[in-house]
Amino acid sequence: MPIAREDVAHLARLARLALADDELDHLAAQLDQIITAVARVQEVAADGIPPTSHSVPMQNVFRDDVTEPCLPAEAVLAAAPAAEQQRFRVPRILAEE
Amino acid sequence: MTGTVSAASGPSAAVEKGAAVTGLVPFGDAVSRYDPVIGLETHVELGTATKMFCGCPAVFGGDPNTHVCPVCLGLPGSLPVANRVAIEYTIRIGLALNCQIASWCRFARKNYFYPDMPKNFQISQYDEPLCVDGWLDVTIDDPGAEGGSRAIRVGIERVHLEEDTGKSLHVGGTTGRIHGADYSLVDYNRAGIPLVEIVTKPVDGTGELAPAAARAYVTELRDLLRSLEVSDVRMEEGSLRCDVNTSLSPRGSGVWGTRTETKNVNSLRSVERAVRHEIERQAAVLDSGERVVLQTRHFHEDTGTTTAGRGKEEAQDYRYFPEPDLLPIAPSSQWVDAIRAGLPELPAARRARLMGEWAVSAREFMDIRNAGAVDAVAATVAAGASAAEARKWWLNELVRRANEAGADVADLPISPAAVARVAELVKAGTLSDKLARQVIDGVLAGEGTPDEVVAARGLAVVSDEGALLTAVDAAIAANPDVAEKVRGGKIAAAGALVGAVMKATRGQADATRVRELILDRLRA
Repeated sequence: MPIAREDVAHLARLARLALADDELDHLAAQLDQIITAVARVQEVAADGIPPTSHSVPMQNVFRDDVTEPCLPAEAVLAAAPAAEQQRFRVPRILAEE
Repeated sequence: MTGTVSAASGPSAAVEKGAAVTGLVPFGDAVSRYDPVIGLETHVELGTATKMFCGCPAVFGGDPNTHVCPVCLGLPGSLPVANRVAIEYTIRIGLALNCQIASWCRFARKNYFYPDMPKNFQISQYDEPLCVDGWLDVTIDDPGAEGGSRAIRVGIERVHLEEDTGKSLHVGGTTGRIHGADYSLVDYNRAGIPLVEIVTKPVDGTGELAPAAARAYVTELRDLLRSLEVSDVRMEEGSLRCDVNTSLSPRGSGVWGTRTETKNVNSLRSVERAVRHEIERQAAVLDSGERVVLQTRHFHEDTGTTTAGRGKEEAQDYRYFPEPDLLPIAPSSQWVDAIRAGLPELPAARRARLMGEWAVSAREFMDIRNAGAVDAVAATVAAGASAAEARKWWLNELVRRANEAGADVADLPISPAAVARVAELVKAGTLSDKLARQVIDGVLAGEGTPDEVVAARGLAVVSDEGALLTAVDAAIAANPDVAEKVRGGKIAAAGALVGAVMKATRGQADATRVRELILDRLRA
């Protein structure tokens, strides 16, 4: 399935990325090449090969419901670009569309 | 006739204008011409000790960002591992809702860019939920129906497991809401708490009972979840949250309209009001020839109205894909059977059993249930009272006190054991009903147990016949005219003498016995 310019514009909007027109052209072409390359996998996919999401044949890996120590708030917020009232400060959340 | 406009027709230009219609159609009028179809999505925070994918405590509140770790903060290199108890609780819910449990399923990433999750995605389940295709039987109050109620079966589409999001505080602007805020502050303590989503199939055919049906479903679901001990189901703290879908179908058309999804519906009463408001609003939109817009709406507790939120993103915009960091879940039939064997008696079965044991009608039981007194009555019976006594004291007396205090009857500071003791004292003749009420006053006021209140207030019935006879004679002597009438055959006049004796004994005599004594005396 070819990747059109509109697809890239739509994805950019979902990802809240502002892309210029020339970037959209550039990325559409690049992404199309990547998708086309990956699509070659479908050529070897056969009815006998179920799709898989995991490379190791494991399931039911669980942890017990036991509490473990948390990080101190100072350490948590040290990685934040901005903090206020011991909370992560983030830019205004989407103007409703 | 505007009432016959089909939701599926109309000019496409109306899509934009539909949201601009602001009128409401009176509810009775709306449901006389449109059939509401409702659907509910309920989110339940599980009562596990830890979060879904890490060992941080899964508790309400706490200082901001103190219940977080690299996993729930989505720091690079961290890996989630599923909480076994959360999986078990979800299966327990699925079984109680008569669902099929998937023999194999996976978690999926729901991708979106919104800071309430630090990872830019939420781990959820998409096309492979843990439980599917069940039902929950619900009883709706229906004054028009025989027995005063109507039973419906609500289909359950799916029950899946995901992680809760963080909490945002919107700063600036005037409303404290997202809209108009200058920036937001995020606390990730809640992010990663196991969250179960229970989605109903569309519920149609309830007509004007649709708002009540929505409320009855959430009530029944809450009681069920509580009995399963998988969540504390506190709507006010957000551990049980509802989104309500509503659409209207022109009566008799069989064509379902476009739905809206109302969020932020956080009390049982609000569930009912939100559906009612959407019916009134959508009827106005359809009446004006416009189309209902598929959108998320926000419910406002203060006004009972909804306002438009963002247009709904399509599922494909979330770009779901199997979560590569978590392995598939394949519950063995032995595990599922063991969970099934451990299910408690469910509320519907318990109600049927109690109705039989208490020998009450469905209507009478509904009254006890609506009063929130089922557990209290059951505990009072368990403490030795008869069902009739327990019902009488809780429904006639304590429900009234609770209403006066604006509290839930279960939260009154009186134990079922104390109510059972009051009933026992009345049965033994130590207390009259009137005195018993005073004893209850004392217990509620924190004066101690019923026996302590009786002793401290000197409330026991005067059963010493000698003392009673003295009071009777005094009353006859003080009211010779009345006594003469009674002697002359006007038995009804004896009431005045009984009243005098009761007054003299400060209400502590058994009125029936007093009456007998008076009549004996005057006949002699």
